[in-house]
Amino acid sequence: MNDSTSLIRVRGLGKMFTLHNQGGIRLPVLHDVRFDAGPGDCLVLAGPSGTGKSTLLRCLYGNYLATEGSIQVRDGAAWVELTRAPEPRILRLRRDVIGYVSQFLRVIPRVGTLDVVAEPLRERGVDADTARERAGALLRRLNVPQRLWSLPPATFSGGEQQRVNIARGFIGGHPVLLLDEPTASLDADNRAVVVALIREAVAQGRCLIGIFHDEAVRDEVATRILPIQPAVAAGALE
Amino acid sequence: MNSQPLLSVRDMTCTWDGVHGCRDISFDLHPGEVLCVVGESGSGKSTLLQAVSWQARPESGSVWYDTRDRGFVDLASLSAAHLRLLARTDWGFVRQNARDGLRMQVSAGANIAERLMAVGQRHYGDLRRVAGSWLHKMEIDAGRLDDAPAAFSGGMQQRLQIARNLVTHPRMVFMDEPTASLDVSVQARLLDLLRQLVADLKLAAIVVTHDLAVARLLAHRTLVMRGGRVVESGLTDQILDDPQHPYTQLLVSSILQS
Repeated sequence: MNDSTSLIRVRGLGKMFTLHNQGGIRLPVLHDVRFDAGPGDCLVLAGPSGTGKSTLLRCLYGNYLATEGSIQVRDGAAWVELTRAPEPRILRLRRDVIGYVSQFLRVIPRVGTLDVVAEPLRERGVDADTARERAGALLRRLNVPQRLWSLPPATFSGGEQQRVNIARGFIGGHPVLLLDEPTASLDADNRAVVVALIREAVAQGRCLIGIFHDEAVRDEVATRILPIQPAVAAGALE
Repeated sequence: MNSQPLLSVRDMTCTWDGVHGCRDISFDLHPGEVLCVVGESGSGKSTLLQAVSWQARPESGSVWYDTRDRGFVDLASLSAAHLRLLARTDWGFVRQNARDGLRMQVSAGANIAERLMAVGQRHYGDLRRVAGSWLHKMEIDAGRLDDAPAAFSGGMQQRLQIARNLVTHPRMVFMDEPTASLDVSVQARLLDLLRQLVADLKLAAIVVTHDLAVARLLAHRTLVMRGGRVVESGLTDQILDDPQHPYTQLLVSSILQS
């Protein structure tokens, strides 16, 4: 893959946690991670729990600070160095380029489900009716019953919250989408819906980078595997 | 968010007695951006807010603001009259205790209308209509327009204080612990209302709080203060998810998990 077709370029990425209140213990988690990913990729991070897969996703989203190395993200014609970008620039990247489906939905008090899902589109300037319509279509597809749409998701089951979270992640149409175990708490039917959503996004030329512990799901969606090794994770592409 | 800051603070120091206060503060705030300042009591966060909003004059350093009429200016260069106009039109101030920011003996409607009258609006019917619509926006029954705020609950008083400030459509709001004096059940409602208002009205805000949950919900960026200095700053989720400074790590690890 050459530069003109990739969307995200990671070089020499390292992450070390320093726990100042626990005697300054230093925990190396990622070391020298390197990969490129572009349109139509579904790059699956593979490796046992605790090897830093979620840490890598968070570094790519910018809520974890990389200790060393480079993360470049393409925004239209421009490449942005995420590790040195000013904060407003990172927020703009999150609005327009990088989406993130976390493991757990962060619930906002009093905001109904339909608006929770529609919000990323609203932030990109889409009018309220269109955004809500698209949110409803996604929620319907993910089998979230319509009677729940006006309620804040705080009281929903884990699986319902996860589907709301997935709808919120997919709706924005971000060119790069980070997925942290999106199918973990779903039943077989809903897992199949998510697999279909992922495959459609890939077919549309979006770039997905994800963690899937379910091997069947992984095999269905992965276009490439990036193994992450324990403690010292040296990147290698297949 | 465009690249021209609304407010720019450079190497600002403001102390009360040469010791206590805030030191060497620098940051930019862009239009529509919400910044939380967190830290324990005595960390200098309230002093920072007062100095940035020119309620206490900094000893050194500067504060620049993108005024509507003169462009980007050093606040030190503005006359007292101009600063007063700025403070009552383009800025809002939300105090921790609503009674410090409201006139408790005059009606809710008069509290809201006061700023409009200060900028020359006189039509009684218009003032009542605007005040009523703000009460509605703040989820207060419009029938309470003629009641004095002394008869309101704490949460309603705080919402009224916010309406009183926003009626002139300021671009910049300074808030000092806006939820701290409220019951937990009332806090969530106020926070959500604030979250909607800053988004809908594209308000820039500096919010001083000791409550990291307030920062998580409201703020794009967070400054962490200790001993009068900013010890860490960054995107709010980065500060909370991956704190770097020992003090921030201590603060974050002290949050009760819900």
